[in-house]
Amino acid sequence: MRLGFFLKEALRSMKRNPIPSFAAMASVLVTLLVLGVFIPVVQATTGAANEVRQKVSLEVYLKRNVTQDQITHVRGILADQQGVKTVQFVSKADAYKRESKQNPEAYALLGSNPLPDSFRITPDNPDDITAIRDALAPTTASGKRTVIDPAIDEVKNRKDETDKILTATKVVKLAMLLLCGLLVVASALLVSNTIRLSLFSRRREVEVMKLVGATDWFIRWPFVIEGIILGSLGGILAILMLAVGKIAFIDPLAADFALISAPQTMSLGLLALLLMLAAVGVSTLGSGLSLRRFLKV
Amino acid sequence: MAATEQPSRAAAALKRRAAGNPAPPVVELRGVSKRYEGGDVGLDRVDLSIARGEFVFVVGHSGSGKSTLMRLLIKEGDATEGSIRVAGRDLGDLTRRKVPYYRRNIGMVFQDFKLLPNRTVHDNVAYALQVTGASRKEIRAKVPDILRLTGLSTKLHNFPDQLSGGEQQRVAVARAFVNHPPLLLADEPTGNLDPETSIGIMQLLYRINRTGTTVVVATHDVAMVDQMRRRVIELQRGRIVRDQAAARYSGGEPNTAELGALLKEHLEP
Repeated sequence: MRLGFFLKEALRSMKRNPIPSFAAMASVLVTLLVLGVFIPVVQATTGAANEVRQKVSLEVYLKRNVTQDQITHVRGILADQQGVKTVQFVSKADAYKRESKQNPEAYALLGSNPLPDSFRITPDNPDDITAIRDALAPTTASGKRTVIDPAIDEVKNRKDETDKILTATKVVKLAMLLLCGLLVVASALLVSNTIRLSLFSRRREVEVMKLVGATDWFIRWPFVIEGIILGSLGGILAILMLAVGKIAFIDPLAADFALISAPQTMSLGLLALLLMLAAVGVSTLGSGLSLRRFLKV
Repeated sequence: MAATEQPSRAAAALKRRAAGNPAPPVVELRGVSKRYEGGDVGLDRVDLSIARGEFVFVVGHSGSGKSTLMRLLIKEGDATEGSIRVAGRDLGDLTRRKVPYYRRNIGMVFQDFKLLPNRTVHDNVAYALQVTGASRKEIRAKVPDILRLTGLSTKLHNFPDQLSGGEQQRVAVARAFVNHPPLLLADEPTGNLDPETSIGIMQLLYRINRTGTTVVVATHDVAMVDQMRRRVIELQRGRIVRDQAAARYSGGEPNTAELGALLKEHLEP
């Protein structure tokens, strides 16, 4: 009985105040459209940044005269290090082949192969690379680096390149996160402002209800239900529009552009679910909380 | 129909009387003062007692404290000093959460009607029942009845803006009385109405009073007060200057000559 009454009240107030209701719904719709476009863009960008970061690696050069046993031993040590994702063995011959391809004249001049055997380590998290390096080649009291196994000659990362990649990607990620945060705040403000306006036009009504002896929640429930209905309407419309946009524009392009087809973007279904939750949550909370000011009679 | 309704209402009043403490007056103010922020005095150490079933006029100029008194009685504000008891309940002890439940026991009629513009006459009156959690059956039984009493049976499905001022005030009275409250407060109920319509409203209030409901009317409608000859409480600058049974309005009212003198006094310095 109660729920039915509140539902009827909510529908009545929407019917009697179509323009504020429409404005609230439209602001939810626009906000979700913007968010729905922006979230995948952020994901694609951070995905691309992460891909670049995956290229960061650590080179472990072995001494020239190591035996096969020592190589196996060192591989074991490296694989046991914390934060190490893969350990790839690059033999003398492989290294020579690759380097001479890049720089054929210099290597032709050399005649012999001056390159040592080496391991290439990719870390789980690119930020850990210095830690792994310190673990493999701890700094001694004198400031020089030693190595943890006699078979290892040197542990090196391409210092400047690594640093550049790490900072650049970090800036990109941070900027995207910041933009996303600002957008969410702006959306919440827009929606709550619209709701507040439509409530403001009904503040007299609320005052009268209070004078007749309605409890705060008796007044609030219809507004909250109205928020749920308008929020979900806006959400459904926005999701439909996004789906149409994705099918009509993005999918045909995805075949040609790597950025768009980046695997890290979430599926439309999940995005729709999230947007729906945000729409209903914001408009429900918005109408429930904004009412508080007018309930003080 | 109305004749069969009357006894049941009286019985309900009796039951209510039996439930509460029978002795105390419906409204009792002891040393009540109300000062607004900025130093304006609404009420100044007012002592007042209104018994069950009384019909009381509260008169005075604008700013004399009539509305302040009404507002305190429905707990729209708190008294700065003193204690207010309504139906044996101390309003000072009433928490914010309990105010709505308290207000359901008080009918309130305002100068500007305060109807819900989006609801029909029927729904406006029904809302007062709905807030108390009344069932649909109860609403279907009570609302047409009270609208018949107030002479609005033909306007059931009109919206407030389709009614005349007098009719709107009747709706407001119906809404205030539909719960059969022990106390009905009216703040300038005829302030926006012409004299003839006012008489109709006053008669309605009088009939409500006859059912055992205590009625307090704040007004500056001289003709009305003179005609009804009821208890009159006159306020001036927040103080009670007259409390007289079966009185006229004119106690402290200046006649034309006095008004002229008053104006002169104001203009001279």
